[in-house]
Amino acid sequence: MTAPAVSPVGIRFEDIDKRYGGLYALRRVSLEITPGECVAVAGRNGSGKTTLLRIAARLARPSSGSITLLDSKKGTIAEASQTGFVAHATMVYDELTAEENLLLFARLLRITEPAVRAQTLLAEVGLADRQSSLVRTFSRGMRQRMAIARALLNEPSVLLLDEPTTGLDPQGVAWLAETLHRMRDAGRTILMSLHGESEISALATRAIRLEAGSVLADTQTGGSLHSILTFAGA
Amino acid sequence: MSLLSNATALLGKELRTEFRSRELLTTTVVFILVVVVLFSFTFDPGSNESRRFAANLLWIAFLFAASLMLQPCFLREQNNDTLSALRLCVADPFAIFAAKLTANTLFLLLTELLMLPVFSILFNMPVFPVFGQLVLVLFLGSLGVSIVGTALSAISAQARMRELLLPLLLFPLLTPVVVASTYVTVGLLDVAPFMEWKGIGFLAIFDVVFLTALWLFGEYLLEE
Repeated sequence: MTAPAVSPVGIRFEDIDKRYGGLYALRRVSLEITPGECVAVAGRNGSGKTTLLRIAARLARPSSGSITLLDSKKGTIAEASQTGFVAHATMVYDELTAEENLLLFARLLRITEPAVRAQTLLAEVGLADRQSSLVRTFSRGMRQRMAIARALLNEPSVLLLDEPTTGLDPQGVAWLAETLHRMRDAGRTILMSLHGESEISALATRAIRLEAGSVLADTQTGGSLHSILTFAGA
Repeated sequence: MSLLSNATALLGKELRTEFRSRELLTTTVVFILVVVVLFSFTFDPGSNESRRFAANLLWIAFLFAASLMLQPCFLREQNNDTLSALRLCVADPFAIFAAKLTANTLFLLLTELLMLPVFSILFNMPVFPVFGQLVLVLFLGSLGVSIVGTALSAISAQARMRELLLPLLLFPLLTPVVVASTYVTVGLLDVAPFMEWKGIGFLAIFDVVFLTALWLFGEYLLEE
């Protein structure tokens, strides 16, 4: 199954600083991610990967600098709702069933035929037989599948993934790699934080290494995907 | 339209999760029952003194119950970072507040309505002849408590010492609502009941002003 083509959207980070009190989570980060790129962000714990993704999702505001999502076809600024985000936390409700969760978010996103979309995604992530179970009864891997399903609800032009393989078993990782492969081929922009090399990192067309909130290496300016993703100290 | 449809969807979620777990309603009803029973020992039921102070005690009990009920309002959204998911989905963040404050008002009203017969018996005070007027003041008072409480819950959920912070901020800000609600309730529980329309007007204005402020500035309360 191929993912439907979407309006190509790029991300531009311009001189981004993010401070929490006196601590810099990001320092003068400038990146231009072109539409359709699949970018892997690597770095140690606390290097600023999550902050970068949350700023891209517009969930956090930079202390200075700007972030722009550009719809390259229309030449306009894309809406934040064109973004799908898989975070560390699952961002789904434990007290709702799998189906109720997806229905709720589909309605909030004003998706036409939310029930059909929810059913399709539940089948895709392999949770169709557990659609009526409360999410609190799910394993970590099943919750992660729910998180991915929620992020894909609106068929986003930009997909942001923060360590998306967390909790997934090898079959889950393979399924995710295949899904991301389809999305990348359909022209979606993907920005994901990863630890080391995996089936998922093999999809990356570009890699960036963050260190103490700054861009230390970027395949665009030199270095191979392998060397950036497996940098000593990761 | 998107504000209304988003708020309706979120209200459905609030009601479904609460009626499924009944955590808030059960604890609040038990808590308020204990408070009203303890207060009832203070005065001789049906005495003039009781009639004078019963409305105050009732609203203090409601205020305590509200602080208990409002605490988890945004805290629940932090467990799985669902607040971020909501922020990504809704076009107008006020939809999140609208759903939560409507749910809080409904839960508070339900708790208060369940408590009225108990209060009536323990304080020997007939409430049913003025039931309609009482519901009006309970509604306006509960709405005011919910508007302010929902906003403060969003602030305190992101703070350290959040359990202490909410009542510390809530009680001073809600003093005007409690005073006005008590003022109207005292009149309704009088031997010759009467409606203090000035108090009702004050409550309505308070609700409109704070609701407008929440609509204008609520977005900033949800930011990281």
